[in-house]
Amino acid sequence: MKQVFLKIKENQLIAKNTMRMVLTGDISPAPQPGQFVNIKTDGFYLRRPISVCDADGETLTIIYKIVGGGTEKMSKLARGETLDVLTGLGNGYDTSVSGDRALLIGGGVGVPPLYLLAKRLISEGKDVFAVLGFNTASEVFYEDEFKALGAKSVTVTTVDGSRGVKGFVTDALPCGCTYFYTCGPEPMLRAVYKALETDGQFSFEERMGCGFGACMGCTCRTVTGYKRICTDGPVLKKEEIVSWKD
Amino acid sequence: MEGLKKEPKTGLKEEPKNAAGEKSRLACGTCVTLCGEPLSNPVIPASGTFGYGAEFAKLYDINILGTFSFKGTTREPRYGNETPRIAECASGMLNAVGLQNPGVDKVISEEIPRMGKFFSKKVMANVSGFSLDDYVYTCERLDAVEKVGWLEVNVSCPNVHGGGMSFGTSAEPAAKVTSAVKKVCRKPVIIKLSPNVTDIVSIAKACEAAGADGVSLINTLMGMRIDISKRRPLLANKTGGLSGPAVFPVALSMVYKVAAAVKIPVVGMGGVSCAEDVIEMMMAGAAAVEVGAANLVDPFACKTIVEKLPEVMDRYGIKNLSDIIGVSNNG
Repeated sequence: MKQVFLKIKENQLIAKNTMRMVLTGDISPAPQPGQFVNIKTDGFYLRRPISVCDADGETLTIIYKIVGGGTEKMSKLARGETLDVLTGLGNGYDTSVSGDRALLIGGGVGVPPLYLLAKRLISEGKDVFAVLGFNTASEVFYEDEFKALGAKSVTVTTVDGSRGVKGFVTDALPCGCTYFYTCGPEPMLRAVYKALETDGQFSFEERMGCGFGACMGCTCRTVTGYKRICTDGPVLKKEEIVSWKD
Repeated sequence: MEGLKKEPKTGLKEEPKNAAGEKSRLACGTCVTLCGEPLSNPVIPASGTFGYGAEFAKLYDINILGTFSFKGTTREPRYGNETPRIAECASGMLNAVGLQNPGVDKVISEEIPRMGKFFSKKVMANVSGFSLDDYVYTCERLDAVEKVGWLEVNVSCPNVHGGGMSFGTSAEPAAKVTSAVKKVCRKPVIIKLSPNVTDIVSIAKACEAAGADGVSLINTLMGMRIDISKRRPLLANKTGGLSGPAVFPVALSMVYKVAAAVKIPVVGMGGVSCAEDVIEMMMAGAAAVEVGAANLVDPFACKTIVEKLPEVMDRYGIKNLSDIIGVSNNG
């Protein structure tokens, strides 16, 4: 973990209630796919934990949804403003176990961390198949960006059928993948857990106090004991998860 | 006013006979003593906001702290409450962690030895319980650990049921815990008090009468938030403990009143976020000051406070922090 002051290079709406913010400054060491940053916003006591979507040399990109006062305030920040950010948080995705054909399943603002992951997997010579789920066409983002990375397939699902496959991500899972990586709302994670036989990794979300392991605010039970989502996670392996089968 | 020399409240039953202790007190302006034990400064990260120190030791040398109070320890391991355990509010936060900890055996066999690798000073052991026996057992075990310098006995956790705060919301059970724990401990026993009471002063006095070596206050104030879209409490535990700058004035007034009423040292806490807050707390009567929620928002909060203290003391013409303890009570 590192505390840095990063400058806003871009902060713009890319889909309904969905913002992309590009930050510049000292972002070393390079963030790992699945890690997150914790951002201080004036007027709000706790920081906002947001997963890293992309990182490249001196820029770090996050995509966040406007869900409350804090993210609303963040969405109004202008280019050039400086943010107090804790970087390098969390235990990200492990790409060493993916095999040749990795399936990436994202739901809503669970999609962003999978972008950096896709980039990493493709750079390691692996085939990436992406399934990106949204509620409706106006919320869809990053379909083209995943394609541009060189993903073998990018499937968009919407609950109302206004774009791509009508239904949930689990209605559009391709076959023949060796491993999966997923991030999204918990009901989606549970559905993925039940739908796929292969091993995989899940990224979890929880309300956090500190984001760096001190407060025990985000603890969950796992097969291997109590884990802090912020430091032992947010990524947990399928075999660590207390069964969702029933 | 000058020349009027007030006896600083150090909590010593008598002035230190120990020359080294006296010397260290004179040696630095930020030096204080807590129940007779010298501290290089009064800044103490509060229990539950600092884990066992490891996360912070990766960021800075935590030996610059007076000491720290480690995560509340119970006899048996505890998972704590379901999540969400954390909610935000104006100028503060609510927590309902519910005393998650690995239990006293593991704290003694794993956490305290690990702590020794990055923290060379004595540490404050924070203890919670669900029965008198629990408190006595856990305190006795921790009292025997060399690394432990003080016991902070939490009779004020608002987030557990059938224990915790119920011991601290009236004078008699608080006194019972105090005298029972005192019987088995050689080290200073500090009772951590709840602000969720009608009269905190009477409880502090009862603890003092029962033999407490000090009191620390305030634990968190009970509060809640409601998730409007779900139409139910935001925290899984429904209510939680409020901390952060929002509670600072409340904490300060309680420290002020308690410090005026007892002779034992008072450890002040509640929303302390900067060096000026530490000085206010001490002027209200605190012999040492704990810093809680600020650590979670700014992991360097205590480091910044320790480093800024001399500068702020200079600005207000304070030579020794030990001189200002309770000065606001002297008018």
